[in-house]
Amino acid sequence: MRVPLSWLREYVDLPATETGRDVQAKLISAGLEVETVEHLGADLKGPLVVGQVLTIEELEGFKKPIRFCTVNVGQANGTGEPQEIVCGARNFAVGDKVVVVLPGATLPGGFSISARKTYGKTSHGMICSSDELGMGDDGTHGIIVLPPETEVGKDAIELLELVDEVLDIAVTANRGDCLSIRGVARETAIAYGLPLRDPALLDVPGPNAYGYPVKIADPTGCDRFTARTVTGLSAEARSPIWLQRRLQKVGMRPISLAVDVTNYVMMELGQPLHAYDRSLVQGTIGVRRAQEGEKIVTLDGTERKLHAEDLVITDDRGPIGLAGVMGGANTEIADHDAAENGGNATSDVVIEAAHFDQVSIARTARRHKLSSEASRRFERGVDPQAAAAAAQRTVDLLVLLAGGTAEAGVTEISAPSAPHTISVPADHPDKVAGVEYGRETVVRRLQEVGCDVYGQDELIVTVPSWRPDLDDINDLAEEVIRLEGYENLPSTLPRPPAGRGLTSRQRLHRRVGRALAGAGYVEALNYPFVGEQVFDQLGLDADDPARRVVRLVNPLSDEEPALRTSLLPGLLAALRRNDGRGAHDLALFETGLVFHPRDEQRVAADLPVDRRPSEDDLAALDAALPDQPRHVAVVLAGAREQAGWWGKGRPADWADAVESARTVAREARAELGVRKGQYGPWHPGRCAELFVTVDGEERVVGHAGELHPRVLKTLGLPARTCAMELDLDALERVGDDIPQAPGISTFPVATQDVALVVDAFVPASEVEAALREGAGELLESIRLFDVYDNAEQLGEGRKSLAYALRFRAKDRTLTVDEASAARDAAVALAGERVGAVLRS
Amino acid sequence: MKPEEIERMRDEALAAFAAADSLDALQEAKVAHTGGASPLALANREIGALPPQAKAEAGKRVGMARGAVNKALAARQEELEAERDARVLVEEAVDVTLPHDRVPAGARHPLTTLSERIEDIFVAMGYEVAEGPEAEAEWFNFDALNIGPDHPARGEADTFFVQGPEGGAESGVVLRTHTSPVQIRSALTRELPVYVICPGRVYRTDELDATHTPVFHQVELLAVDEGLTMADLKGTLDHMVQSLFGAEMKTRLRPNFFPFTEPSAEMDMLCYVCKGASVGNPDRPCRTCSSEGWIELGGCGMVNPRVLTACGIDPEKYSGFAFGFGIERMLMFRHNVEDMRDMVEGDVRFTRPFGMEI
Repeated sequence: MRVPLSWLREYVDLPATETGRDVQAKLISAGLEVETVEHLGADLKGPLVVGQVLTIEELEGFKKPIRFCTVNVGQANGTGEPQEIVCGARNFAVGDKVVVVLPGATLPGGFSISARKTYGKTSHGMICSSDELGMGDDGTHGIIVLPPETEVGKDAIELLELVDEVLDIAVTANRGDCLSIRGVARETAIAYGLPLRDPALLDVPGPNAYGYPVKIADPTGCDRFTARTVTGLSAEARSPIWLQRRLQKVGMRPISLAVDVTNYVMMELGQPLHAYDRSLVQGTIGVRRAQEGEKIVTLDGTERKLHAEDLVITDDRGPIGLAGVMGGANTEIADHDAAENGGNATSDVVIEAAHFDQVSIARTARRHKLSSEASRRFERGVDPQAAAAAAQRTVDLLVLLAGGTAEAGVTEISAPSAPHTISVPADHPDKVAGVEYGRETVVRRLQEVGCDVYGQDELIVTVPSWRPDLDDINDLAEEVIRLEGYENLPSTLPRPPAGRGLTSRQRLHRRVGRALAGAGYVEALNYPFVGEQVFDQLGLDADDPARRVVRLVNPLSDEEPALRTSLLPGLLAALRRNDGRGAHDLALFETGLVFHPRDEQRVAADLPVDRRPSEDDLAALDAALPDQPRHVAVVLAGAREQAGWWGKGRPADWADAVESARTVAREARAELGVRKGQYGPWHPGRCAELFVTVDGEERVVGHAGELHPRVLKTLGLPARTCAMELDLDALERVGDDIPQAPGISTFPVATQDVALVVDAFVPASEVEAALREGAGELLESIRLFDVYDNAEQLGEGRKSLAYALRFRAKDRTLTVDEASAARDAAVALAGERVGAVLRS
Repeated sequence: MKPEEIERMRDEALAAFAAADSLDALQEAKVAHTGGASPLALANREIGALPPQAKAEAGKRVGMARGAVNKALAARQEELEAERDARVLVEEAVDVTLPHDRVPAGARHPLTTLSERIEDIFVAMGYEVAEGPEAEAEWFNFDALNIGPDHPARGEADTFFVQGPEGGAESGVVLRTHTSPVQIRSALTRELPVYVICPGRVYRTDELDATHTPVFHQVELLAVDEGLTMADLKGTLDHMVQSLFGAEMKTRLRPNFFPFTEPSAEMDMLCYVCKGASVGNPDRPCRTCSSEGWIELGGCGMVNPRVLTACGIDPEKYSGFAFGFGIERMLMFRHNVEDMRDMVEGDVRFTRPFGMEI
């Protein structure tokens, strides 16, 4: 809402020295978000005067038509001689009154005017357009042609009210009353402790039987309808300058007198109005819900199919307006231009000032994607008591400015309604704020906003008709607290009960992040939006469960309409982006949610809000949500260890990816199994399947290794890119929350190395498992320190695995024989299980 | 066995040791002058063949000479070893300025660590961290928060809607537009009083640009207890900004409107760079606050009694306060991030300098 300070001053006697910024500060503190203060004409300097065009000479031979004019500016130029001015515009004629800027003046934007040679003549000033004067859009973009009665030589800065300040206020959804000068003036008056001259306090004749006939079929949708008629509007009447200027300053374009007047009154009082050409309305005006399939062409020229819930204004033919949103083209008033084009200018109008249901208007506006000045106000709440005054104000202005005659008939239909009262303890605002205001202050502040207040400890508060947002006791508390000043609230700290700190799960998530960052991975937080073609690119089977996605109704991009089921698409894109920017040695990680639709999809119900929903209802809501486990993933490319003065580097490989899974598992204190796997995006020979054991059953929780060369090619990724992805929630479930101490023996260690030869396909993990089991409880640790596969020495398809076994007893120093016996037992079991033989 | 003979042997040995300029040379001298075939050793052996009356005298003389020789040997040995050690240490010297970026450092994302830092402030006060799903029921995201079916925020303008069964438009599920649904879940499931901090990822249908991202992070707070006041809200906010930006920091509340709080306020914090000194002072403009003196943080207020009712909490007995703000914005002004895209693109050059904690 744009509010000119000059207009505001009409209703509140602000001190003359008060600037726009002063008012801004006061209003912000009272709760109106004044975003900017625009200083109109800040750098404007005269002489800027009214002139009359005496002669026009068309200059030939230039690219565009140019006029050389003489203009009478009276004594404003000091000589009284005609002023010679060159002008490129054409929308004026000899005899027209125009605005002339003389040499020595400065126009908005610091544009200095001096006599200058142009088009072979000397131009002593300019004939001005509204753009050049910073007046806002008047719809013509041409020279301003003033009414013929305007006095020559008069100062145009004052005439056109070019110097002013305009507050731009972002009005919150609850304060429809502040979408009017009246409402902002009221807040200003309260903020300054000054009286308000309420422009809605007008003498209004009572309703009678002679008004234009109106029938309301839906009193819920329309609880008030005032109709007034004005006849004999002059076809020549134009909006006076002051009215045009006010409309321009609030951001509206002057159109025609009757339209301008209804807009002006709406801005002044907040009541949307509509003027119908009476000659085009057939019979009784009605208000009802639309019939399905009905149509209307609105004033913007669009044909709209109506919905059965839309509230419409009708005459005998059918809809003539979309109630509270926009009028219909079939009863549009015609201005003088239309008359000049052979039509008939409107001479008689019916004025509608009605009050419509907030929700109904909001839905209609949304349904038709049609937000108008009227609908914005009705959605946010309009003062129903202001309708009659607004109609009267409109009638008065039309009589005054258009030479019309007000008909005596006054139609006023209103559904019976009681004022809204709220019972509130007098100390409630104190309790909400934590400040002792006292009853007197509370009552005074509530009265200031227009409430009637009775009672002692328990106040009975009747809220004013213009504040439908004051609905319960906290609304009233807010009025008191904001007027007493949020800035005056003290600062105290509550005393929460002792907390339990982070949960195990939250600690785990932090630990995993730290461990991976500690291992050299950089965290990337990627968007979860994916396109389904990515599953083809990743080489997933047609029936892969990861292809079942949760889709969005309104994705940002049609290319990515679904939610991720894997972290890899986002991470790989980040890897590619980094690679493209010249970073080739990369290790990235992410933890985040992935989304899987439920097997049985249901709609999440709309539960009540007037009480706690039942446990069953809440459980049903959760059951309707997608499954959203937290995953962790890494991707690697380029060198894992850099080459440098110390020697060679080491490329990132499948083993790094698998090790990152072990890093995560260690943090989760979960036992993670690793075995050969084969899955979608991974290289079939270099893919580890990661599993955990839950209740004796193995469950696959992820994969790690080098990615498939075809996937790398399709996605444009560096060669040998590796990746790992794990279901972190699954790991968390099998992890130990409280790690147990192992019991350290201080007796000497006995070390034994063995080299075992097995078939090449035998997994090292199985060899190690057999050694562990065979070695028994004397075994402290086992470590694979060499793998060797020379076919000449070992035979085709064989490999040698060298292990360092460390033995130690809890209670004694082991003898060499004991250690050897344990080693032999280990080797024997490995021989039995996987055919391992000692390498000689 | 003449005494001069013994003295000569001793002096020769001492001279040889002194002349030895390396440990190897000393070893040779040692063998020559103290070994089994050395003159003194031979002399020692001869003592046995001497007449008894000469034995004692000779033994004493030879013993003294051998003692002096051994002592000199040890001293020279120590001297040469010290020289060698000093030389080796010099030889082993390296250029300690050589870089060793063998495995480049990793880092956590600053949005993660800033969020954790804020969580920790409140955990220290007794709050607990609450989390919830990102694809959320509309009832939790809107209705329970007093955002009715006709509220403009429920239109497609802001919210990502999830497709329903068989691809239908109606699912009752959205990508949460704030972490407020976690407040509702906490109020529904936790024992009173409730003091929770709700960090997380949220979604709105904004296109990515320098100051907007459709996926961003919030921290919200909810306190529900008997007798909580707006002054408590103010104090809690002041404590947070002081913990994050310094003891002299404070917040400012401005009236505003949100459906889920009543009274509602917009919260600003004092600009931690200029502390307000740039206001009306064109000579000292402040980039961080655009010379406004205050930085807009987010929204807050006293929990609307209707929200408490929807959670089964008696608003006559309990009151609550809540606030929420975006982590991205705070990261921007706390760490001079100029473009929000830097936070979402995963460029390692952006993230690495933030390390493990901020």
